[in-house]
Amino acid sequence: MRLLLAAVVVLPLLGAGAALLPAPPGLRGRSPEQAVLRHGVTVTGAVLAATAVLALGFDHDRPGTMQAETDIGWIPALGVRIHLGTDGVSLPLLVLTALLTFLCALYSYHRPPEGPRPQAFVALVLLLEAGTLATFAVLDLMLFFLAFETVLIPMYFLIARWGGAGRERAAWRFVLYTLLGSVVMLLGLLLVGLGAEGGPTFDMTALAEDGGRGLTHTTQLLAALAIGIGLAVKTPMWPLHSWLPDAHTAAPTVGSVLLAGVLLKMGTYGFVRIVLPVVPDGIHTLAPYLAAFAVTGIIYGSLACLALSRSGAGGDLKRLIAYSSVGHMGFVLLGVATLTRTGVNGALFANIAHGLITGLLFFLVGAVKDRTGTTDLDRLALGGGGERGGERGGECGGGAALYGRAPRLGGLLAFGAVASLGLPGLAGFWGEMLALLGAYHPADGLSRPAYLVFMALAALGTLLTAAYLLVVVRRVCMGTPHAPGAAPAPGTALPDVRGHEFAAWIPLVVLTVLAGLWPAILLGLTDPAVQNLLPGVSR
Amino acid sequence: MNALAQDPVRSVVQSVDWLTIAPPTLAALGALAVLVADLFLPERRKPLLGPVTVAVLALAALSLLPLRSGDRTTFCLTADPAVCSYVADPFTLAVQFLVLGAALIAALLSMTAVRDEALPRGEYWFLLLASAAGAALLPAARDLTTLIVALEVASLPSFALVGLRRADGRSSEAALKFFLSSVTATAVSLMGVSFVYAATGSLHLDRVAEELRDTAPGLDTLAATGVALTLVGFAFKTAAVPFHSWVPDTYAGAPLPVAAYLSVIGKAVGFSGLILVTVRAFPSYGHVWGPALAVLAALTMTGGNVAALRQRPERAHSAVRLLAWSSVGQAGYLLVPIAAAAYAAEPGRAVGATVAYALMYAAVNLGAFAVAAHVGRTAAANRITDYRGLYAAHPPTALALAFFLLCLAGLPPGIIGLFAKVAVFSTAVDAGLGWLAAVMAVNVVIALYYYLAWTAQLFRAPAPAPAAAPAPAPAPVRVAAPLTAAIALTGLIAVGLSGAPQLALRFAADVLL
Repeated sequence: MRLLLAAVVVLPLLGAGAALLPAPPGLRGRSPEQAVLRHGVTVTGAVLAATAVLALGFDHDRPGTMQAETDIGWIPALGVRIHLGTDGVSLPLLVLTALLTFLCALYSYHRPPEGPRPQAFVALVLLLEAGTLATFAVLDLMLFFLAFETVLIPMYFLIARWGGAGRERAAWRFVLYTLLGSVVMLLGLLLVGLGAEGGPTFDMTALAEDGGRGLTHTTQLLAALAIGIGLAVKTPMWPLHSWLPDAHTAAPTVGSVLLAGVLLKMGTYGFVRIVLPVVPDGIHTLAPYLAAFAVTGIIYGSLACLALSRSGAGGDLKRLIAYSSVGHMGFVLLGVATLTRTGVNGALFANIAHGLITGLLFFLVGAVKDRTGTTDLDRLALGGGGERGGERGGECGGGAALYGRAPRLGGLLAFGAVASLGLPGLAGFWGEMLALLGAYHPADGLSRPAYLVFMALAALGTLLTAAYLLVVVRRVCMGTPHAPGAAPAPGTALPDVRGHEFAAWIPLVVLTVLAGLWPAILLGLTDPAVQNLLPGVSR
Repeated sequence: MNALAQDPVRSVVQSVDWLTIAPPTLAALGALAVLVADLFLPERRKPLLGPVTVAVLALAALSLLPLRSGDRTTFCLTADPAVCSYVADPFTLAVQFLVLGAALIAALLSMTAVRDEALPRGEYWFLLLASAAGAALLPAARDLTTLIVALEVASLPSFALVGLRRADGRSSEAALKFFLSSVTATAVSLMGVSFVYAATGSLHLDRVAEELRDTAPGLDTLAATGVALTLVGFAFKTAAVPFHSWVPDTYAGAPLPVAAYLSVIGKAVGFSGLILVTVRAFPSYGHVWGPALAVLAALTMTGGNVAALRQRPERAHSAVRLLAWSSVGQAGYLLVPIAAAAYAAEPGRAVGATVAYALMYAAVNLGAFAVAAHVGRTAAANRITDYRGLYAAHPPTALALAFFLLCLAGLPPGIIGLFAKVAVFSTAVDAGLGWLAAVMAVNVVIALYYYLAWTAQLFRAPAPAPAAAPAPAPAPVRVAAPLTAAIALTGLIAVGLSGAPQLALRFAADVLL
């Protein structure tokens, strides 16, 4: 088990190095490009298999304790140790990361990225995977920071070199925002580690056991604020989110999927793993503000999406999903900010659900872009012929008619949208509901009336979310493929979902349904772990 | 002190332990040997002087090995053997290793430059070795006279080195600018030393420290002024703002290896002198130099980084200028632990972070200069825009430079840069200098911006050749062998340190002084 977890982190790193070397004889394939893309599939597949074995070998009777632990000294001078381990909080995220990266590699194998050398592309994706997996697997604050930063460089290059219009600027923005946040976070981590009871330590488990003893309230507050800002940029929390829409719009499909599906989770994971247990007093003071920002994000994200989805607004589908992420991550933050077991479990659930659903949505939008050449809602709707129809156009008539032109693709898109709006029975529902439930009865000492207001506003947010997603479905999926009575114009039919696309998307669909129908599969893992992270909280 | 007290030798003449003083002595003897050999060697044999210099520096660095066992002292007072002028303690050895190693890499860089630019060989190698000898003597010096003498021995040859390109007006101007401002700073320092001597009646650092603990009431102002003024000369060598104005022009005007040399060894001289005078000689005046150095550190990093940020990449010599300004910014980080030492319970531990950071900085900065020297051979203007597409032309070189820049920025995969910064941060946080840590955080972000912008250039597609010029398709220039050695050496050190940061960071945990 220990070796397995270490292998999960190290394997993609080695794979990234190997991707840059020429392929050995026997593995050359049809061309160097094909060989290296296959190499990516192999490595991410091996990592996925390793995480699957890890999940099977995980002792499900005691998910609250750290398992598969490795603890080796590395830099005694700073007290930094290579400390790896996983529990019920991090295990689902590890599996999600491995799964999404594997699906991305599979997707790229059949549809190579447009841009320079695929060798570099594969190496960067693998480096990104190593960084994210390490973030979820390490138990040392400095290593966490290291892993947190490691993902920046590959993501920068993925956006800047394989992205769409405006990619260099978007990539810069992404890097600068995150760096600004993470330097502040580093100060917070140092404050916690150096002031720890019984000498400086950066060990998360030791610090969580201390629960902030030995730190004054001011130190805790400062540390929670500093760490929180760094994580909030990554999450992203309103008003620190403005890098996200540009980055998503410009990123290649694979970049968007990994950014939304995995990278954003690093922020919320940090809140649960570090901020809650290590500086409990500090976050207790800050929680209402965090909740307020989270709720603002929910409302803001959904209003922005509503505006983008209007006819004539020139809204971009990728940008719209990016803004919807701001809203969804708002629910996650609200769940964390309740400081209750219910809320934090909801947050962790919503985290995974968002990874599955938004990953799927970005895949689908990428496919729409491949077929129609655009992600602009207005142009999509026009392209279908529906809105051109005149008398029935405008308010409720037109659409890109994906149902008619590519029924399976349209169906999947509708499925993704419905899952994203939180339909009961799908994964999106439970997390948001638990977060709201947590807000209904927040932890002792937090102002209940304030949280009731937050809850009401967040509930309003779910309505707005439903509204814009349904508008999107109507405008993209519905409509008439061609004028009634006329022969289908050439070029309006679109190729439907291909085999490799099914392969990449079906696992996400299945897991979305599974998590929706059987939430205990996740909650059973997270709840005991959350109990450990929130000692003395009864709800 | 314990180790010093064990030495029982008492005689009229100060005893000399030749093994202890071997590192600077070997460099100095090598300098003389090179100068004499230059007179007698026929012209065609003169290229041999370069490898000889490298060998001398390697020998001097190896002579550090037998000294590792413990603190050795020499040139002690016959009346009081505990008070010595030359001490080889862990701090001395670490800085001497840094200086000699950096000089070695600078010498490797110089081989190509001396040949390409037809610099006078004998003079060049003599000056380099002489300056290195002074720089290696300085960290061992434990009295104010030796300190100032070492400072001058390290500085004077470097003025000449900067101005060695005789035909180049820019080079002479840079040398003059450097010389005038440096001499002024040293004069101010000397005045400070004389004040301190007047107030304490001693030049030995330990004695000065004792005397300053309870100065006569009337002498208090004199002592405080002396303390403050003494710092100036060393702050100048470190290129701390506001004593930094010589840096960009000097770097851009000097032959590139000399700029590399100054950026590392000049700083090592400056900060080791600062550490010695502050922590060893003036500990009781921490309330004077602590805040002063903290402000100096904040100004230095902010000034350097903001100026580096404003460098336009298409300007001539922008790569060297950027490295010059970034080295000013890095000097600010080097000062932080020294300032923190004023507030720390164990000042000797705090300054270890400076040594650790300097080791990282030396390897990485010299590496960046080595790649700049390579690019400078094909693109004489050495603009940052000339680095565009370097990855396509020279993948290993580009990857090395990217790694060096990311180390300087402190971003993974440059792990050593990150942890060296963490060590510096933690001294500031430990000392309660929260504001300085915050200023440093802002600066780290500013620096990230320009380092990353340069790194991004390396990987962009090569600029399309101007259509007007019937491009004669320049064959990709092979990296010269000494440059390859320098890049490989610094690259190996940087990668090795990133894998095992403890190698450098153990200085941050040990009590060095």
